[in-house]
Amino acid sequence: MRIEVNGKRREVTAETLAALLRELEYDDRHVATALNQSFVRKADRDAARLKEGDRIEIVSPRQGG
Amino acid sequence: MQDIASDADVLSLYGVPLSSRLIVGTAQYPSPAILTEAIKAARAEIVTVSLRRESGASRSGEKFWALIRDLGVRVLPNTAGCRTVKEAVTTAEMAREVFNTSWIKLEVIGEEDTLQPDVFGLVEAAEILSRDGFQVFPYTTEDLVVAEKLLRAGCEVLMPWGAPIGTARGLNNPYALRALRAHFSQTPLIVDAGIGVPSHAAAAMELGYDAILLNTAIAKAADPAAMARAFALGVEAGRAGFRAGPIEPRDMAAPSTPVIGRPFTDLARA
Repeated sequence: MRIEVNGKRREVTAETLAALLRELEYDDRHVATALNQSFVRKADRDAARLKEGDRIEIVSPRQGG
Repeated sequence: MQDIASDADVLSLYGVPLSSRLIVGTAQYPSPAILTEAIKAARAEIVTVSLRRESGASRSGEKFWALIRDLGVRVLPNTAGCRTVKEAVTTAEMAREVFNTSWIKLEVIGEEDTLQPDVFGLVEAAEILSRDGFQVFPYTTEDLVVAEKLLRAGCEVLMPWGAPIGTARGLNNPYALRALRAHFSQTPLIVDAGIGVPSHAAAAMELGYDAILLNTAIAKAADPAAMARAFALGVEAGRAGFRAGPIEPRDMAAPSTPVIGRPFTDLARA
C-alpha cells in the first residue's frame, strides 16, 4: 500500500498506525502521530487502520521559540 | 496587580507560581551545551519547545528531550509555523501527549513576511483548545478587541508581540501595549517576539508587563550565555522600576535642585 509518511511517499505493508511505527522502526520512540491531519493518541494507534493514500505525520520534541 | 510594599513578587500563570519573568526559547543556539548554559544564565523557569518530523533513522528528538528534562524547567510547547486552525489544534494535541502538559503557546501564522498572527484563526483555535482542557498562551498582536475575544475564548494569559518574530526591533507600538496593560490590569501579559536587546525587555517590564518571552536575541548573540544574563538583569530592573512607581514624563524642564536659596537670585540677568 502506498502512503505518505512525513511528506515522503512510501510503500508499506502495515495495516495499522501501530504496525507502521514498528515497520519503520519507531517502536519505542517518544513520538506523537497524526493521520490525515487528525491527532491519533498513542492508545488508539492499534485501532487506526491505514488505507491507500493516507498521510501520516510522526513528530518528536524539537527546539522551539 | 502586585502589592508594591510586598517583597514577594510571584507571577502566576494558570495557577503555577513562578519567580522568573523571563521565558526563553530553545532554538537556534550554536550547540546543546551553549543552550544549557544560556537557559541557566537566564534563570528561566519556563522554556519553549516544538514538535517536528522525526525520521525513523534519527534519534534527535530523544536527545533534545533528554537535555531539556535534565534542566528541570517547565516546558511551553508551541504550534510554530501552523497556518490553519486545524494544523494548530492537531499540533497542540500531539504536543500535549509528547510533553505531558496542557500548556500550549498557540501560534496561527497569517502572513509570511511579518509572521503576524492570523487573529481570526487564533481566536477560533483558542476556543477549541480551551474547551478541550488546554491552557492556552496565545501569540497575538496588540489589538485590544482581539485580546477581549481571546479572554472570552478561555485564555487566561495574553502574549502580544513587541515586533515581528526575529526582527529585534523592540516595542513597535508602546502606546497600544500601554493601553492593553491598562485595560487588562488583572490578566498576565507577556511580550512575546521582536525583543532585540535587554533595554527592550526592561521597557516592556516598566510598562507593567508580567514577563518577556524571547529566543533569537539570546540564541544568536555572540555570547548567548552572557546575553541571557543581561536579559535576566534587564527584566529584573524593568520589573523593579515598575513596582517602584515611575514618575510621569512631562514636556517642560523642572529643576531638581531647590530654587529657593540659590545665590545671586536677586541680580538682574544680563
